Amino acid sequence: MSRSQTKAGWVFIGPASALIGLFFFVPVVAGLLLSFTDFDIYGIAAPETVRWIGLRNYVQLVQNPLFWTALKNTLVFVLAGGPLSVAVSLGAALLPNAPQARLRGLFRTVYFTPVVTTIVAVALVWRYLYHPRYGLLNHALGLVGIGPIDWLGDPNWAMPAIILLAIWKNFGYNMLIFLAGLQSIPEELYEAARLDGAGALQRFRHVTAPGLRSTFVFIAIITMLGYFQLFAEPYVMTQGGPLRATTSLVLLMYEEGFRWWRLGMASAVAVLLLLIMSVGTMIQLRLQRGRAR
Amino acid sequence: MTRPAIVVAPRTIRASRAILTASQTILAASRAILAASHAILAASWANRARTLAFLATPRPVIEAPWTVSAARWMIPAALVVLSLLGGCAGEGGRSPGTAGERVKLRFWAMGREGEVVTELVRDFEREHPTIQVDVQQIPWSAAHEKLLTAIVGGSTPDVSQLGNTWISEFVALEALRPLDPLLERTPGLSDTSYFSGVWDTNVIEGELYGLPWYVDTRLLFYRTDILAQTGRDRLPGTWEEWRAALRDIKTLGGESKYAIFLPTNEPTEAVIFGLQAGSPLLRDHDTAGAFSAPEFRRGYDFFHGLFREGLAPPVRNTQIANVYQELARGTFAMYITGPWNIGEFRRRLPAELQDDWATAPLPGPEGPATGVSLAGGSSLVIFHRSPHPQEAWKLIEYLSRPEVQVRFFALTGDLPARREAWSDSSVIADPAILAFREQLARTVATPKIPEWELIFKRVQDWSEAAIHGAMSPDSALAGLDREVDRLLEKRRWLRSRQASAENGTATTRESLP
Repeated sequence: MSRSQTKAGWVFIGPASALIGLFFFVPVVAGLLLSFTDFDIYGIAAPETVRWIGLRNYVQLVQNPLFWTALKNTLVFVLAGGPLSVAVSLGAALLPNAPQARLRGLFRTVYFTPVVTTIVAVALVWRYLYHPRYGLLNHALGLVGIGPIDWLGDPNWAMPAIILLAIWKNFGYNMLIFLAGLQSIPEELYEAARLDGAGALQRFRHVTAPGLRSTFVFIAIITMLGYFQLFAEPYVMTQGGPLRATTSLVLLMYEEGFRWWRLGMASAVAVLLLLIMSVGTMIQLRLQRGRAR
Repeated sequence: MTRPAIVVAPRTIRASRAILTASQTILAASRAILAASHAILAASWANRARTLAFLATPRPVIEAPWTVSAARWMIPAALVVLSLLGGCAGEGGRSPGTAGERVKLRFWAMGREGEVVTELVRDFEREHPTIQVDVQQIPWSAAHEKLLTAIVGGSTPDVSQLGNTWISEFVALEALRPLDPLLERTPGLSDTSYFSGVWDTNVIEGELYGLPWYVDTRLLFYRTDILAQTGRDRLPGTWEEWRAALRDIKTLGGESKYAIFLPTNEPTEAVIFGLQAGSPLLRDHDTAGAFSAPEFRRGYDFFHGLFREGLAPPVRNTQIANVYQELARGTFAMYITGPWNIGEFRRRLPAELQDDWATAPLPGPEGPATGVSLAGGSSLVIFHRSPHPQEAWKLIEYLSRPEVQVRFFALTGDLPARREAWSDSSVIADPAILAFREQLARTVATPKIPEWELIFKRVQDWSEAAIHGAMSPDSALAGLDREVDRLLEKRRWLRSRQASAENGTATTRESLP
């Protein structure tokens, strides 16, 4: 490559790199540095009172029982909600994709609507659904003889309620990606399988599933990363309660930062979350690669 | 079987996967960065003058090396942001009103108060034709955040309602205007017109930052009929006698009944008993916890004893489906709560019980005089950035007039802050309210530092552990003190720093809020 071409290349990627640097890398590094300071409400009023405190935020954080509660809640949400969400998306993608399905466009749109609806409006409606006395959900359960459940007020039920809401809210996005994956599986393969006498289940196992493997890896990872960042649902539905049962790591970070003004501590939570998510991603990639082999 | 066609692009997928992973993880970190940018913004606004002064005169004493570099990169950043925002702000056209032009005041009020205050404000505008008040109603749940965003973004209103426990935090952010100079020029308005405990919540380091608008406190709601069954016609005034009454109620009710409900998920009662025993809660100028000191210990022992003796059920609010129902059933006979429950009791207790409940000021360790309670409520504040402090003060002064306070009470049921309003017959028409007047005269402000709310929450965590027997009260209070000391480390450092600056030749540039 000639020198002028190299120069042209730099000119082309320059603006984008500058923007990414300014809005991604500088903030990330600043956040990392911030996590080693005691930046707090006094620091906002008088920056010269901010001190470099090394790892003290991290030490205090791992000694804080609330951090472990939040980590546990987040992991429950990721491990229970993530796979369920992927399963629902896959099911939803298979339905409108079935050859005998009618009104495909309509269903696709309907399934995708929650994704583009704002969470605050959704939360309002779901709070009615979850209402212990007047809620539709408890009414339906009552018909089959299950007593009323205080979905958002009972510490044991609050997280399942949040998971249910999150799945409903998000499955449409993964469904679209699955649909794209499904459509790229050649029809001939199904035809050949049918000729060989494979039933619906066998066709799914031996044609659809392998055909979707790459899509699946992609979805598994972005779902996991997305679910680790649980924030909006508990923030608008339960504010982290009852009894901290729905406090996620990001909600804890928000509280530390914007409720108690301990921005250094909040950054430390962010950095730890980043590490946890990186480890999670690596484990997933390792697993998927192992399976592919 | 061969791989289907989609796999022809594994490289693309791998690449996009990598990018996604990276960007998603970065997203997480960038949330923290939000914090950083907010902070820079805030620093620039709160310290416009100071930052410039800082540039002009290099400071000789700086402890942490990082601070220097931090200040260095923050100042240019702050200046850039400043000039950008300054440009925007200039277009707002908020120049002081010239003759004939109406001054526009922005007034933020929360919840129900925000809904009804417009009615009062209209009369104010009639009285002051040159002032136009723009009331913005803010839901309580969003109020704190909205105010902070406004401070960071430099878009604070002129006047706002502010929960009085928030004042120290906003003073720490240097967002509020001291009101003493305005108060001095106002005849007929002084601290003597207010309940002293509530007034005190507005005074930070000797300066007044808010004028109480309405007040609230906690006291005892109880079933008079159940108390009467123990042979008492009125509530005893000392802890000892009170506990004896609670024991009698418990004996009367048997296994399934209790005497009093003290929800374990609220730190309020533990703190109230501590205050009653004379605990300052924090010591050494609010730089360390005083929870294991004898005073708080005494209050906590009394509180904890109520659970140990089975006089109070060790449950949370959330475990009692309906407090009113349980009170009606006699599951417990007493409940410590606030003025909003007067209406609830009237509405929710069955009609036949309406003559069988009453309110009473809290008993104290040595008698009624020591039966103090919390000084709650909302104040009216003026923001530093308001270009119209004089007009803003006129509005606050108007809303503080006894007759306007009485009207406000009629509209909201909020208890008037002005003592004069309490002699109005419409305010004291309800006998349940009378006890509040007595209790309000015996209120104490909790520590006025930005960390208090966080400490308050911690009191609950540790206290709950002791109530459930996870640890002894001794070790719970010691643990609480250790944690509080850790939370207040910054204050201790700021104090020692300030002290050394005062001892040296350098003049202090800021005081500890």
